[in-house]
Amino acid sequence: MAEEVLRVADLHAWYGESHVLHGVDFSVHRGEVVTLLGRNGAGRTSTLKAILGLVGRRTGSIRVNGVETVAWPTYRIAHLGIGYCPEERGIFSSLSVEENLVLPPEIAAGGMSLDEIFEMFPNLRERRATAQGTKLSGGEQQMLAMARILRTGANLLLLDEITEGLAPVIVQALGRIIVKLKERGFTIVLVEQNFRFAAPLADRHYVMEHGRIAESFSAPQLASKTEMLHEYLGV
Amino acid sequence: MSTQALFGQLLIGLINGSFYALLSLGLAVIFGLLNIINFTHGAQYMLGAFVAYFLLNKAGLGYWWALAVVPVLVGVSGMVVERLMLRHLYRLDHLYGLLLTFGLALILEGIFRNEFGSAGLPYSMPESLTGVYNLGFMYLPIYRAWVIVASLAICLGTWFLIERTKLGAYLRAATENGALVQAFGVNVPRMITLTYGFGVGLAGLAGVFAAPIYQVSPQMGSSLIIVVFAVVVIGGMGSIMGSIVTGFGLGVIEGLTKYFYPEASSTVIFVIMAIVLMIRPQGLFGQR
Repeated sequence: MAEEVLRVADLHAWYGESHVLHGVDFSVHRGEVVTLLGRNGAGRTSTLKAILGLVGRRTGSIRVNGVETVAWPTYRIAHLGIGYCPEERGIFSSLSVEENLVLPPEIAAGGMSLDEIFEMFPNLRERRATAQGTKLSGGEQQMLAMARILRTGANLLLLDEITEGLAPVIVQALGRIIVKLKERGFTIVLVEQNFRFAAPLADRHYVMEHGRIAESFSAPQLASKTEMLHEYLGV
Repeated sequence: MSTQALFGQLLIGLINGSFYALLSLGLAVIFGLLNIINFTHGAQYMLGAFVAYFLLNKAGLGYWWALAVVPVLVGVSGMVVERLMLRHLYRLDHLYGLLLTFGLALILEGIFRNEFGSAGLPYSMPESLTGVYNLGFMYLPIYRAWVIVASLAICLGTWFLIERTKLGAYLRAATENGALVQAFGVNVPRMITLTYGFGVGLAGLAGVFAAPIYQVSPQMGSSLIIVVFAVVVIGGMGSIMGSIVTGFGLGVIEGLTKYFYPEASSTVIFVIMAIVLMIRPQGLFGQR
């Protein structure tokens, strides 16, 4: 099996007094697409944030490319090769589309060039001169939020609810992009509500509940797990 | 009343406007990123003038040296304050930052008043900038023209830095969502320290500009800062262009008021502030 890009063990996290993660354990190998499934409030977004040090306090172990980062400040962690696409997309309204696109600093060699990015996201080429990033449509903002982390040389992408609130045709386009990114060798963690989007893309699935991993299974086991998923996800 | 007097008041207005703009610009930059209303700003401006005075009288370094050295020294003193004190307040209500910076201002002014008394100390003009231009319709003191031009250049340079460069893009992005910018790998805490140092350095620089015009005195900042806060409110908290335009604009309006209706000249800015707050509470250039 390929090397571990991310290994999370016994991860606890707090926002102020509220204890949101209760011992999360999971791992992601190079080149894999892995999902974190679960209901709202199960701790999926908090898990991504905890990996990046964006929660109030965290304990346990988070190894990124073999390096223990649980005590690191946020701004150092990205440099181990993480690209983060937050829930709500995080497009900056005081920056133009192009400024948004080139904002994240390069953290490693081998990032995609702007030409390659525009080939993958043709809309962004047309809209690059738009003066305010938030003037784009929801789908375009989502594309921009993903495109900007492909330039940086990050190889581990943490994508939070990228399909939320988008039209089916755009969700399909995002699915094709995930496939292309996987082909290019990116390792991807998808936090998804939309299981039908995630199922055909992922190699393995983790199901979260009450701030910990409740179940895990690989893509071929999916058929036998639908019953259980219905129960966890309430779909 | 003569046109000579009108132009004279306009000139005074532009000079005052230069100081309003430089000081409110620093406040805007600091408020934008740190979310702190820097009440120490007036004291830091005063500190700038005093450091220039010390450089001249203790180290023999003149005005041009002061222009280069004082912003750095005052800026570094600001960075120390940010690292040791302000840093602990970002998660708390605005009020705590306001209290801390207000307290610091009182302490700084108290120390200087204790040492140097309330009477101003003279700071002589650099020789190369003494004299006047005869413009035909009025006499323009060269030093005052220099202050107006230099302030305008620094204001526009700062605007360019923030609105048009990569560094400025980090700053604007961190103002909106600092956590995300950190998640991209940018050292935001260091950026905050440098930004506070920069804003405070601008105040120190304004102090050097002011030293030859006004006297160097411990309360020179506290009398100015009240007007500057009104300028910031009128321009819109945190807006860069807003501070520059309203700074110079209100200086000129104040000057014109002195000519046409002198009784109102010390209140006109506050009347404008009240009207702006009623009609457009976010300020003329503020968003939302």
